Amino acid sequence: MIDDNLPELTPLDPAFITTSRIATALGLLPFVVGAGVLEFAQLLPPGSFLVPMLLVYAFVAYTVPARKYRHWGYDMGMGRLRVVRGYMFYRDTFVPFGRIQHIDVDQGPIDRRYGLATLTVHTAGNHNSTVTLPGLAHADALAMREAIRAAIRQELL
Amino acid sequence: MNQAIEGPIDVTEQEGERLHISGLFVAFISGLPQLLFPLLAAVFGARKSDNPALIPIMIAVVLALSLFFRWLTWLRFRYHVGDDDIRVEKGILNRTARSIPYERIQDVSIQQKPLARMLGLSEVKFETGGGDGDDAKLSFVTLDEANRLRALVRSRKAGVAVAQDIPVMDESEDAETLFAMDGKRVFTLGLYSFSLVIFVVLGGFSQQFDFLLPFDFWDLKRWVGLAEDSGVRVSTLNGVSMAGQLTLAFGAFTSLIFIGFASGVGRTFLREHGFRLTQTPKGFRRRRGLFTLTDVVMPTHRVQAAVVQTGPIRKRSGWHSLKFVSLAQDSKEESNYVAAPLATLDEVWRISQAAGIDAPDGDEALRKGAVLHWMIQLALFVPPLLIAMAALLIFADRPLAPLLFLLLLLVVAACLFWCDWRKYRFGLDAQQLYLRRGWWQQKLMLTPQVKVQSIEIAQGPLARRYGLASLKFGIAGGTLEMVALPLSTALAIRKAVMEMVAAVDYSAINQSR
Repeated sequence: MIDDNLPELTPLDPAFITTSRIATALGLLPFVVGAGVLEFAQLLPPGSFLVPMLLVYAFVAYTVPARKYRHWGYDMGMGRLRVVRGYMFYRDTFVPFGRIQHIDVDQGPIDRRYGLATLTVHTAGNHNSTVTLPGLAHADALAMREAIRAAIRQELL
Repeated sequence: MNQAIEGPIDVTEQEGERLHISGLFVAFISGLPQLLFPLLAAVFGARKSDNPALIPIMIAVVLALSLFFRWLTWLRFRYHVGDDDIRVEKGILNRTARSIPYERIQDVSIQQKPLARMLGLSEVKFETGGGDGDDAKLSFVTLDEANRLRALVRSRKAGVAVAQDIPVMDESEDAETLFAMDGKRVFTLGLYSFSLVIFVVLGGFSQQFDFLLPFDFWDLKRWVGLAEDSGVRVSTLNGVSMAGQLTLAFGAFTSLIFIGFASGVGRTFLREHGFRLTQTPKGFRRRRGLFTLTDVVMPTHRVQAAVVQTGPIRKRSGWHSLKFVSLAQDSKEESNYVAAPLATLDEVWRISQAAGIDAPDGDEALRKGAVLHWMIQLALFVPPLLIAMAALLIFADRPLAPLLFLLLLLVVAACLFWCDWRKYRFGLDAQQLYLRRGWWQQKLMLTPQVKVQSIEIAQGPLARRYGLASLKFGIAGGTLEMVALPLSTALAIRKAVMEMVAAVDYSAINQSR
């Protein structure tokens, strides 16, 4: 689908599936609690709130992260960072090293537990002024930051 | 930093400096107004209970909590001055490590607010050209440290870049006038700026300040009464012949048109009087205005793209306007730098050439978009329309025949899409990107490929199925989005642009030489 001259994409760290499952599960928990409360009020026959809610919850929190993981990918080299994501809404972004303004490495509490980090590069453009790449092993993210920084320095010499 | 952290250790974890501890106090004091609501909530919460001693305790708890979190933030904040970059690490739970290469730092600003000044502290901001405006801030460090940092950044940058300050300019001899508008041109522009906004403004005023009027502005009966007092009766008005009514309506209409033109011309004269764009060694300099004369300088190298616009009527007389898209920091007052509000195409291209943007010369190979893209957009209209029709038919018991008129909406949308498709063009030549769009207001955007910051190929679910894609270019101060391209074309364009972009570094294109 994408032309063959480009190097193959590197997938994210598989632990991304786990962290993203945990994050989604925690984020959607209020809805399950809400469904439980409605269930408790016995407005409709038993199970009419909780059962569909739990099915959706299981799908979104368990299956979707694995799919999301499959469609993320990145590639670094040839003077640019490439980030590919999304199946339904496919996005393939190129950020030349020479246009990167500054670089962030973020780590949330769940990420830290699994040794992951998020790399964010900032450009001066209005569109895509920040390009985010989650689910990298922390050491990889740091190495990528060093590589980009070195590239910025080199290009000026 | 903190022993509790697990996982790989960041390179700067052990090193790095903390902010000055007294800054905690300054931030706490200056953050007190934000605590007003929590404090009020605490006081009201405590008032319910019987023990009045609870109120001061609650206040103390809120203050202590705020101080505690500020202390945590301080504890988890480190900055590190490295060989190639400045690094900032922060965050209590969410840790962020930011690296700002020296080459990218445009400016270091030191700010001292009164309270900080008393303690000998200052706030240091490192500004880069980042699009989101949130760069790096050290609040607070001692003034000595601030000066040391600034000197350090300047010395690191010294070999690479030139200071970015825009100098105060005298009327230099070598300033070449690129474009100027005489009174006649401003008047013409005023005619095109026909506007009835003044009625909206008056209406708004009367709504806001009607308490100042001795009568109720919207009281129709009063106006009728007023008219009757001066001898006009509603009944006589009704009795006026057809011709008379037409004359009245025509009079009202004409005066409306006249006021529209007059306010357009008036506003234009206020803003554009004496418009003069000159090219100085430091960049473009624009002066305009009748009472408030504005004088704006924009360094030539900051121009990121040119936008040439024209309207449906002014196009017939060959009038166009030219704006420059520039780096985000320049655009606090106006989003784009207006280089020529009303000019012929020849004049437009002369100005844009001075900014290093060439006129389209035929080899830009402008292409049309794939019709399929607009068909998909149109198809997306159909399901909601059918659902709405079905809902009206079933739940509101409307007869079917009049509902079919709703389908006319589809025809209208189809016409609009057709117009859009007909006028849309994209293209590129060896140096520049071109995008033309709009059937009512026509807009042509040109940008040198080296000024592109990022490239994104995007596909929605339907577009993906039919092999279409859109191509979005991030530009400092704007976006250029090509739509309705076959995927292969998008890939080819991306490849070509990437080759141009990779060859030149950002700092190199945005520094004056």
